[in-house]
Amino acid sequence: MIEVKELCKSFGDTPVLKGINTTFDQGKTNLIIGQSGSGKTVFLKCILGLHQLSSGEIIYNNVPLTTMDDDARSLLRQDMGMVFQGSALFDSMTVEENVMFPMQMFTNAPKEEIRERANSAIERVNLVNANTKLPAEISGGMKKRVAIARAIVMNPKYLFCDEPNSGLDPKTAILIDNLIQEITQEYQITTIINTHDMNSVMEIGEKIVFLKDGQKAWEGTNKEVFKTDNQAVTDFVYSSALFKKVRKVYIEEDQKA
Amino acid sequence: MIKLLGHIGRYFLMLYRTFGKFTKYNVLKKLIVREIDDLIIGSLGIVAFISFFVGGVVAIQTAINSDNPLLPKYLVGFATRQSIILEFAPSFISVIMAGKVGSFITSSIGTMRVTEQIDALEVMGVNTYNYLIFPKIAAMTLYPFIIVISMFLGIFGGYVACISGGFSAHADFVEGLQLEFNPFHVTYAFIKTFLFAMLLATIPAYHGYYMKGGALGVGKASTTSFVWTSVAIIIMNSFVTNLLLT
Repeated sequence: MIEVKELCKSFGDTPVLKGINTTFDQGKTNLIIGQSGSGKTVFLKCILGLHQLSSGEIIYNNVPLTTMDDDARSLLRQDMGMVFQGSALFDSMTVEENVMFPMQMFTNAPKEEIRERANSAIERVNLVNANTKLPAEISGGMKKRVAIARAIVMNPKYLFCDEPNSGLDPKTAILIDNLIQEITQEYQITTIINTHDMNSVMEIGEKIVFLKDGQKAWEGTNKEVFKTDNQAVTDFVYSSALFKKVRKVYIEEDQKA
Repeated sequence: MIKLLGHIGRYFLMLYRTFGKFTKYNVLKKLIVREIDDLIIGSLGIVAFISFFVGGVVAIQTAINSDNPLLPKYLVGFATRQSIILEFAPSFISVIMAGKVGSFITSSIGTMRVTEQIDALEVMGVNTYNYLIFPKIAAMTLYPFIIVISMFLGIFGGYVACISGGFSAHADFVEGLQLEFNPFHVTYAFIKTFLFAMLLATIPAYHGYYMKGGALGVGKASTTSFVWTSVAIIIMNSFVTNLLLT
């Protein structure tokens, strides 16, 4: 579990995050949503410890991030997996080498064992015949799968995804979403996904934190998002005509039931 | 001025962190070998080409401008040796390397920054300074070997140009090469070569690591890195020469 207490982050005189309080539960897909510029990525990077906090606290399983020394942080990071928006695969390495990399860095396991574990992670994300290819030779969807395989190969306790299905076609996006949810439940990981894809919100949002202007404007589940009367959330989530209709149908069916 | 001091402070902080938590030996070994291939072996061709022809030009220019009968005939060989060993090979080649090796280092690290590969390494708990910069520093400790080749080919180019162009006789040129040879000049050249190597590895790495912006930023960072590496080499050259030769 990750707790966020009174998190504030400013860049110079510009406040970006203004006192956010929330928790992200283990074994659930936690979503951070909000408009572009609402502070989602900064929030995620603060949780990861890539940005120094201006004030507040990030607590990993009862241990505040700010009280950890470099060694403790380094150990914590070995329990983290991250899927970046652009996948962030290492250009000079093949798919297999990319997935093997975290184990080569942090374990003393023999090379064959490392290769075996990497291959089972690659299989887990349903990638076939791509082991010897370079990132430049595979599609965007495949890159995301490699990034997920790399993120889960060390059996992390925490999985972070920054817009994992941006730039993907709807079918692949749903596959990636489902894959992340399956992995989260299978390995009981605390997963945090930063997204503004409403399909993800409806499909896998077991907990949703809505950010507006650097503040938490709402939080709830994907079921509650249909019923909420919070204007900021409805304006954002149901901005398209299609989603307005979906909401209407859902509420009507709910009332009938 | 304060901005410049800020950069200098951050540069030394980067060096401190580079020698902080070390990457696993097995991984580091592969990275160093790859950097040796990219930075040292990959530079041999251009260094050999430039050294041979510039050596030739230096010898021809000296011969043309010293045709006074009062000047000894061995002067061409002597001047070629001195200019190649003292300045051309260590300093001129280093400025060229600031463009070749420096741009490569800045753009490779800068691209990793833009594509979030450095963030990915950080999230994994890797000391990115050590992982990215130390192998380049280690590889550049072999830079003096490039300069030895440059010295040899520069003098050889001068010899070939003089003999084939009829500017000097073999015996005169060789006499000039051997005349009043001071071994400390070679030591001085290697001391500054080693210092330039450190600048060539670290200043471009700094500009790549802390670059901002997208693809355009990488190009800008490469240009800035070339300018500042050249400036640092020239200043270091002047400082070391004052310290060791005066």
